[in-house]
Amino acid sequence: MVAGAQTGGARIARRTTWRTPLRRAGRLAGSRPVSILIYVAVMAGIVLAALNGASAMGYNWQWYRIPQYFYDFTEEGGFVLGEIPWGLVGTIGLSTSAFALAVVIGLVVALLRLSDLVVGRAVAIGFLELIRNLPLLVLLYVFYYVFGPIFGLDRWAASVACLAVYHGALISEIFRAGINAVPRGQREAAKSIGMSTAQAYRDIILPQAFRFMLPPMTGEVVNMIKSSAIVSVIAVAELTTVGRDIISETYLSFEIWFTIAAVYMAVTLIISAFATWLEKRHDVTD
Amino acid sequence: MPDADAVITLRNVSKSFGPFKALSDVDLTVHAGEKVVICGPSGSGKSTLIRCVNRLEEHDGGTITVDGIELDEHTENIRAVRQDVGMVFQQFNLFPHLTVLENLTIGPIRVRKMPKSEAETLARTYLDRVHIPEQVDKYPAQLSGGQQQRVAIARSLCMEPRIMLFDEPTSALDPEMINEVLDVMAELARSGMTMVVVTHEMGFARKVADTMVFMEAGRIVEIAPPEKFFTNPESERCRMFLDQILEH
Repeated sequence: MVAGAQTGGARIARRTTWRTPLRRAGRLAGSRPVSILIYVAVMAGIVLAALNGASAMGYNWQWYRIPQYFYDFTEEGGFVLGEIPWGLVGTIGLSTSAFALAVVIGLVVALLRLSDLVVGRAVAIGFLELIRNLPLLVLLYVFYYVFGPIFGLDRWAASVACLAVYHGALISEIFRAGINAVPRGQREAAKSIGMSTAQAYRDIILPQAFRFMLPPMTGEVVNMIKSSAIVSVIAVAELTTVGRDIISETYLSFEIWFTIAAVYMAVTLIISAFATWLEKRHDVTD
Repeated sequence: MPDADAVITLRNVSKSFGPFKALSDVDLTVHAGEKVVICGPSGSGKSTLIRCVNRLEEHDGGTITVDGIELDEHTENIRAVRQDVGMVFQQFNLFPHLTVLENLTIGPIRVRKMPKSEAETLARTYLDRVHIPEQVDKYPAQLSGGQQQRVAIARSLCMEPRIMLFDEPTSALDPEMINEVLDVMAELARSGMTMVVVTHEMGFARKVADTMVFMEAGRIVEIAPPEKFFTNPESERCRMFLDQILEH
């Protein structure tokens, strides 16, 4: 009994020496329920501050006017999509076309960069440095106001070309990193059985590089959707432009910008979730 | 000196990596059906030498002739040569995203334009020869090192090459798997294949080699039949090397 009490005492003494109150508070704050509580409190604080600020400036919230921009009914009772879904269609159409083109540009630039051709490498590096060091907005102005009249590009074509070129440069680096991540021996093995360089890339190197490229490529899809908003400055019909147009008619700037932001987030979160699923599935087969 | 029977001829071959001279003035002739084993300390140029034979490395001096075709910058030549020269790597280099069967058939289908069914029959024949017919649908990562190396040998054989190059085929294997690979190689040797093998497996060399080559510092120091090579090598350097690796 005496011995038990002694060891118990020793244990308590040791505990109090290294678990200082500060540490204990840190552990408590790190636990899941407390983290959630803190998160909710912070978010509530931000929202409340915004609402307070809005009411202080006398903002008149009119959320009830928002749904009509998602869907509406004609006089005959028919269902029609509102302006925001059409804007989203525009954004997705723009991003998809630009991304498809960007992948082609990226692959070509990456292959040139990795080739044995001195000229090819120089062209690739020149392109990459030029595009990477220009603001996207300036690039868009160049495409619309300079290349537009020269090559007869309309708003849509100029936007697709601009986004494709800009993201193509970034994607080429993803391709290059992915291709370089495939061990050298794979290319040698492909060559040793007589494959041409094109066959080695198609059947051996790119399928393996795909695995390394998937996560950054998803990030690039999300970036593409986000940066597509910039074409609203040349009034291409897409989500951000729709938001601006509605506001210019209604002055509902707070509600509309919150709504537009939520729509962008919904789309990009869905893409990220899909990519996570794709990655997991790819891991299993490997 | 033209040699009617020669399938690989190296004349004054040299190769540098930057300031490092990997091969200098290498002369070697390999005849049809001959088994050549190359040994030597690491960094002596053994791997570079056989990698030059199928032009995974480009030599920068001298001439290399394989099957009557001189290796130079004409790509068609290189691909023709590579179809005739199989190569087995130290790290196996199987294609991890393809099954064993696909690893074996991709060469015949893509390069030899063989119909898929025919390629699969061919692949199964060679998997039988390397004693792993039951693993066709597995992925390389599911196989042991020894099995992977035997699949790699079968993959090369599916191109029905006339010459096989082995670049330290057992160096990356656990000891208990070395023999299964060497057995397959010995069987291949008995079938009459021309083979050039870089290895430190001197038991295998003694049993299989027609010619032993000892290299050091990018040069061929000694070429001799195995009886003479192992009992009475001419160069002091070769004797020391053999003492070191045969000690145990």
